[in-house]
Amino acid sequence: MNDAPPSEITTPAEAAPPAARRAGATRHPWANLGSTQVVFLALLVTIVVGWILVAIDGGNLLTLETVVGVQQRSAALGIVAVGQTLAILAGSLDLSVAYLISLASLVAAEIMQAGSVPGAVAAVIAVSALVGLVNGVVITKLRVHAFIATLGVALVIKGVLDHLYDGPAGRVPESFQHLGYDRVGPIPVSAMLWAAVALTAWFLLSRTRYGYRVHAVGGDPDVARLSGVRTDRVIILTHVLCSLCAGIAGLLLASRLGAGVPTVGTDGGYDLESIAAVVLGGTALAGGRGGVAGTVGGVLLLAVLDSVFNQLEVNSFFKDVVRGVVIVVAVAVYARKRSTS
Amino acid sequence: MKRALPIFAVLAVLLAAIALANPFFLEPAGFLAFVKRAAPLVILAAGQYFVIVSGEFDLSVGSLVTVEVVVAARLIDGNEDATWPVLALVVVIGLLVGLVNGAVTTLLRVPSFITTLGMMLVLSGAVFLWTGGAPRGALSHAFRVFGRDTLWSVLILASVGVAAVLLMRADFGRTLIATGDNERAAALSGVRVTRVRIVAFAISGLAAAVAGILLGGFAGVSAQVGQGLEFSAITAVVLGGVVLGGGRGSVVAAMAGALTLEALFTLLNLYGISGALEFTVQGVIIIAAVAAGAVRLPFSLTPRKSKGDAHAAS
Amino acid sequence: MPRHKPLLLTATAALALLVAGCTSDKPTDTTTAAASAAPASSAPASEAAAAGTGEQSTFFVQSDYDAQLGMRAKSAQGPADKPWEQAIDPQMVSTTQYKKDGGYHLCFSNAAVNNPWRQVGWKSMQAEVALHKEITTFTALDAEGKDDKQISDIAELTGKGCDALIVSPNTTATLTPAVKAACGKLPVIVFDRGVETDCPVTMINPIGGYAFGADGAEFLVEKVPAGGKILALRILPGVDVLETRWSAAKVTFDKSRLKVVGVEFTDGDAAKTKSIVSDYIARHGKLDGVWMDAGATAVAAVEAFEDAGVPVPAMVGEDQQDFLQKWKQNNLTAIAPTYPTYQWRTPVIAALKILKGQEVPKTWKLPQPKITADNLDTYLQPNMPPLHYALCGCESLPGFPETWGGKK
Repeated sequence: MNDAPPSEITTPAEAAPPAARRAGATRHPWANLGSTQVVFLALLVTIVVGWILVAIDGGNLLTLETVVGVQQRSAALGIVAVGQTLAILAGSLDLSVAYLISLASLVAAEIMQAGSVPGAVAAVIAVSALVGLVNGVVITKLRVHAFIATLGVALVIKGVLDHLYDGPAGRVPESFQHLGYDRVGPIPVSAMLWAAVALTAWFLLSRTRYGYRVHAVGGDPDVARLSGVRTDRVIILTHVLCSLCAGIAGLLLASRLGAGVPTVGTDGGYDLESIAAVVLGGTALAGGRGGVAGTVGGVLLLAVLDSVFNQLEVNSFFKDVVRGVVIVVAVAVYARKRSTS
Repeated sequence: MKRALPIFAVLAVLLAAIALANPFFLEPAGFLAFVKRAAPLVILAAGQYFVIVSGEFDLSVGSLVTVEVVVAARLIDGNEDATWPVLALVVVIGLLVGLVNGAVTTLLRVPSFITTLGMMLVLSGAVFLWTGGAPRGALSHAFRVFGRDTLWSVLILASVGVAAVLLMRADFGRTLIATGDNERAAALSGVRVTRVRIVAFAISGLAAAVAGILLGGFAGVSAQVGQGLEFSAITAVVLGGVVLGGGRGSVVAAMAGALTLEALFTLLNLYGISGALEFTVQGVIIIAAVAAGAVRLPFSLTPRKSKGDAHAAS
Repeated sequence: MPRHKPLLLTATAALALLVAGCTSDKPTDTTTAAASAAPASSAPASEAAAAGTGEQSTFFVQSDYDAQLGMRAKSAQGPADKPWEQAIDPQMVSTTQYKKDGGYHLCFSNAAVNNPWRQVGWKSMQAEVALHKEITTFTALDAEGKDDKQISDIAELTGKGCDALIVSPNTTATLTPAVKAACGKLPVIVFDRGVETDCPVTMINPIGGYAFGADGAEFLVEKVPAGGKILALRILPGVDVLETRWSAAKVTFDKSRLKVVGVEFTDGDAAKTKSIVSDYIARHGKLDGVWMDAGATAVAAVEAFEDAGVPVPAMVGEDQQDFLQKWKQNNLTAIAPTYPTYQWRTPVIAALKILKGQEVPKTWKLPQPKITADNLDTYLQPNMPPLHYALCGCESLPGFPETWGGKK
């Protein structure tokens, strides 16, 4: 079960052994569904129920503004969550993304103010890759648990940010702000960027040897090692990719905000929120199982919930309660499905 | 216990450095003031230790501390007579939250990272939903004395420490470590794994309740009293050489880890390292400490666990 | 690598679409200026070093500082018993182009409700809305302290058929483009923190951070003998409204003969505040004054002195009830500068004036009283919760005091 082929990511139901499917069919009608289908089904139900609730309240959930709003609001989290999916699939996790996003937004805005957009993008990529490299090396070579390693790196970045910046800095030129504000019909450019990142990750996971190795390492590192996978390299590369995603999210937020902001990552709670979105999308926190498609569903589900609450003007404290319950219930459902199939 | 020795050495060095910068620290009053300040984190670390050594995480303790303080303030509302019933309720809430965490983690098989993350959201949302966004009411003097009076704080800390050590020496401690080390083997040898883990979470909840009583007493009602404590507690436990993933480490070392962390904060403050870079120093020290422990491991007598340290919660 | 094709195709298609028919939700004339806009003018380093206050904040703007300190002496125009309707030096602007018939839909994009100050204000605003029958719908979105969410919120609200939009920005620089975009569609009223554009019909807030910071510092200079040791407690760096408070206090301290022995960040955490103050008491034996940029942790600081068994020195707090109560009980030497929460009532009043075509001040500066030993009793309300802000201006509103958490 742990060394499941990569194809399980996108089509878990088909990939499930026939025996499990039969058993599932007799036990529960839902057991046929993979977790990706479950999360998209939940998304659909949320949209329908939300639409009805908002309609009763006298509003309309599916206006152009809200549809655009849902996408704008989920793009940054979505991009981070794609990276987090890779890390979690490989049996790791990354708590440093929130601070890295802030750092990336500042690096981007400062260099753009100096005049170079490509230079800024390159610098953000370099900085995030470096942070990812440090995360990966500390985890693999120094044998520090991912939780502590990335928490430590997060603190290091926080210290540097606090030391260097005391508020928004830099300036993003008009040309780069198109990324954050333009849209084609109802689809914002930011959502396209998210889709591109997600497709790339999906491609890496399902069509390359790297993807196979990530699943193997996340499933059982010892087995992976014995079967010839260089587990350390896989984990380091995964953390570099995860940090790159955070860097891209930082670029996107810089373009939205028109400046670099040292608190944008933590205010958005991108660290824990991205982990929550990933597991909501059906990826197992222990690693080895799950995929990008589910994560996209998880992020959209959180964003639609947010939008419904926004429309109904529910206060933020109630939102937190609902989100907490939704996340735990979803993971409990996945756990139950796994044990029955 | 051997594994735990480095943390005591580090703690001793830090304490000496503090004493050097601030001679008042060597007087009983100065030292006890430090212990009193560290008490809530040490108690949280002791609670967190039980969860971590059983192979789990408890991220809900920070918001649980806030809940305890805010609930106590609203219910007591300055009325001295209400102190004792509310204290009892605070303890019950702590136990209850721990039980729910434990039950969801074990019976519903939700990874504890997620269970307690969800609990964190639910708790912080629910308490302010109840009080209308900001704390109201006030704590009584009788409630506050436990955290404000140095003698009381130190006494409570000492009894928590003794209780934790006794608990780990009892059968429960052995089964807890066995559970964290290898769940299946423990189950096969007759350990009730589920029950052991639920009790571990209940202990962590109870510790958060006690820490809440001390913190509320120390500084009064505030909406962010528990903010970030979950990460501090986990960091403290790990600093004490306890391995995330379970099965190894001692509770005394975990508490020493918390004292070390608090000593580190005090020292950075004393030497006037700018508030900003303090975090960078903290981050580097945490990574270095854990790395030192991990890299040293192969040479010790304890066999490496097969689980692989790169693993997150499962 | 033939496998890359679908991806490339998608990317190319997206790009093509982009070029072909793209819409922007962003105004074209944007000139977003961030920290670069704030011309720093710092005090001579040597003078600062002697006073122990460090470098001047990059947020410090001399002309704003002078203007605010000047405003303190001026008397505001408007009804005497309603400070939230008063204005200092109002420059009225005509609003006839926004005039509309009754049955108004007001919208509000709120930065957050994540602290007691915003909670008190938010309740006052809701009560103010309830006073006016002509407001038929009031839509409010809470950005939960996230700039990015507030940008989306404002975009969403402009599509909801609002007659006027009230904005309380989360961050000055980053919300500017979103506010500009909204200005083109409907009358916008901004309050509390500002934006870097004059497109809103009116910008409402009290005198401001420089006055707040100076009020406290001047009190210490007056009460503490020369050479006295001052501890300055700040919540966190980088927030403009807090930076201005500290930079004004710094100017005052630099000119005085007081010695600032420490400037520390508390994160607004009571326990941390108490620890820091205890450490300073232990190190210096005694302190002669404590300055703070916000009063939320003032009581914790007072308690640190009590627990150390030393007399409480001159204190700067804020208008929260717990501090006022402590002040009264212990007969402290204290002052409470304020950043009144009654400013949350004003935007609603302003919106109605605008929709009725009445003039409003372009920059609506509300009075910013300070609580001193002389008027302490006026503001002390033992029936209100400890974290309630005394200058809520909400006493006459329906639902007082229960809605604000108080007892009858």
